[in-house]
Amino acid sequence: MSAVQQLKHEGLPDGLARCWPDIAHDSAWLKELRTRAVDRVAKLHFPTARDEEWRFTDLGALRELNFEPAAAQKLHAPFADFERLIFPEAAATRLVFVNGHYAPEFSDTHEVPQGVTLTHLSGQGAVQDVLAARHLAQHADMHNEVFTALNTRLFSDVALLFIAPDVVCEQPLHLLFISTAQQTPLLSSPRCLIIGGRDSACTLVEEYVSLGEGVTFTNAVSEIVVEEGARMQHVRVQDEGHAAFHIASSTVTLARDARYQAINVTLGARLSRHTLGVVHHGPGTECAVDGLALISGRQLADTHSVIDHAAPHGKSTQLNKCIVDESAHAVFNGKIVVRRDAQLNDARQQSRNLLLSARARVNAKPELLIQADDVKCAHGATVGQLDEEQIFYLKCRGLSDAAARNLLTYAFAAEVVEKIPLVSLKTRLRAVILDRVVHAHASAEAA
Amino acid sequence: MGTVLLEVRNLHAAVAGVEILKGVNLTVRAGEVHAIMGPNGSGKSTFSKLLAGHPAYTVTGGEVLYQGENLLALAAEERSRAGVFLAFQYPVEIPGVSNASFLRLAYNTVQKQRGGEELDPLEFDDLVREKLKLVEMEASFLERSVNEGFSGGEKKRNEILQMALLEPVLAVLDETDSGLDIDALRIVAGGVNKLLNPGNAVILVTHYQRLLNYITPHFVHVMEDGRIVKTGGKELALELEARGYDWVREEQAAGQLA
Ligand SMILES: Nc1ncnc2c1ncn2[C@@H]1O[C@H](COP(=O)(O)OP(=O)(O)O)[C@@H](O)[C@H]1O
Ligand SMILES: [Mg+2]
Repeated sequence: MSAVQQLKHEGLPDGLARCWPDIAHDSAWLKELRTRAVDRVAKLHFPTARDEEWRFTDLGALRELNFEPAAAQKLHAPFADFERLIFPEAAATRLVFVNGHYAPEFSDTHEVPQGVTLTHLSGQGAVQDVLAARHLAQHADMHNEVFTALNTRLFSDVALLFIAPDVVCEQPLHLLFISTAQQTPLLSSPRCLIIGGRDSACTLVEEYVSLGEGVTFTNAVSEIVVEEGARMQHVRVQDEGHAAFHIASSTVTLARDARYQAINVTLGARLSRHTLGVVHHGPGTECAVDGLALISGRQLADTHSVIDHAAPHGKSTQLNKCIVDESAHAVFNGKIVVRRDAQLNDARQQSRNLLLSARARVNAKPELLIQADDVKCAHGATVGQLDEEQIFYLKCRGLSDAAARNLLTYAFAAEVVEKIPLVSLKTRLRAVILDRVVHAHASAEAA
Repeated sequence: MGTVLLEVRNLHAAVAGVEILKGVNLTVRAGEVHAIMGPNGSGKSTFSKLLAGHPAYTVTGGEVLYQGENLLALAAEERSRAGVFLAFQYPVEIPGVSNASFLRLAYNTVQKQRGGEELDPLEFDDLVREKLKLVEMEASFLERSVNEGFSGGEKKRNEILQMALLEPVLAVLDETDSGLDIDALRIVAGGVNKLLNPGNAVILVTHYQRLLNYITPHFVHVMEDGRIVKTGGKELALELEARGYDWVREEQAAGQLA
């Protein structure tokens, strides 16, 4: 481990504030960025339930823990554990990071086509790339978001994907972030910078998992830029262990005529928060942002999204689905903004929620802020349970109670899952849902 | 005479605290076709769903033996696997589940239980296409969500398709004929006839005599206010068609007075 500076201040829980990694070898602009980040961390406070944006997501348990920033280390995991995480479609177009540090031994980029840059930028001296200097921390809101500021101070290797203008990348690209549970809980700070150049096209999977039992804390920040006329399909999967804390923000900036399709899947973590912002900067942009959360036990999954139409003639659709079992709690806060001069926008949002147990909870809230007058805007939210007549019908055809419930749960999720462009990921998710263990209480409560 | 498949003795059942079945008695043997007729609200669907194991109905008295075993002790899925089949009066729509995958899942689940061979999607496709002919259904129905957007007739044919795949020992067809035009009725009845064999039995719950022109019942029962109040041969259906149900009621009232 590199030398650490001892630092302490009021804003952060003790564990987090204890040690900052050395930045002596960072390039000048990055040092400057880090310094500003520290300054913001010091000025911003750690959110509590009194903050409107964090009303349902209590970070008390996170505060209690003494996390340490994760240093680079070798991953000691059986190959089988790792192998199941590889998508055959992206077997040689993947970057792997362990606790936020680039892991060359697990990465494989030999099939990355011409015109596509899939690489890591090391904080220790190598970050001079013009692209990174131009974009990094320019999109994510370090000024107001303490976790973004914290990530900006702490990240070591940036996952960088750049699709050159006019390049159509057929192979899906895979960014895999693995957190490892250790004796001392570690804070990982994954950072992504993803740029789809003018008129390019690509499909990428950004995935967060953890290996080993135990507490981990991932604080991830992704900045995504879709330039003029470019298309991007972006699947994000969060499947960390059930003792993990996962806080992440994705900021998407769309230039004129850009098309962006996202599918955000949340399966893991004890507590997860995904703050998603899509800004339609140029006219004629389109985004389709879907979400699926499948949680149980005492999990909490919170998605806060802001779809911001800042230019005319844009279109956005958002379908967010939460499937909540046992005592889990899902939060969806979906804000749609249409700025004053952003006429002729069409924004649609649907929030559909399925409660599988009487103790399961969901707080789903649309928030519309419409300042233009010539726009179409529609939203709706539903909360329901599995239909007992459908369950009976399936049982009358021989399906067990669990198989019937899982099939109907899959049917609910299918609308989102079936849109995933990778067959192997789709198959994996289908199995996750269809092979779910149905707890006896769920059926007893529903009866 | 075939072996007794179903023995219903003095069956009482309630839903939401209200008694609906008030002492049903019925014996069904292998190789037999029974028709249960009766006015709306007399309890025919309640009886059918109860046999299939619907959780809304509480048995308050009596017993049901299926192949000599207590049927009421089995969960709905166990009854299905043991060969009891209910064709629903109102088949349930299941958006998001393709008919093909549903049918294969049902088929394989039941096959597994019965020690038969489970089929992969390709093998199953061959089988199901064969069975589709029985009910003159287009293969395109396999790709659609279960019953979603199906017309009334298509839903009923889909029920008979399921019956053809699951090969039940005791099939209860709850108003499978209602809402069908004459062509569809002929097709559905033809399908059922082909599935009949000396080892199985069918209970046809129907409102109308016309189905019985195509499937000849050995027995016709009249259900009235939660009981089977009259049993006869196939000519009873014709009489009911001609005279309505009132005379049965009167005859029964007179019988009770005597
Ligand atoms: N789930 C239920 N809840 C309340 N009442 C019911 C329910 N199912 C059936 N009933 C009542 O039971 C009676 C018999 O209904 P049903 O069995 O559907 O008759 P049929 O099929 O002969 O027309 C009716 O009065 C009906 O309203
Ligand atoms: Mg009925």
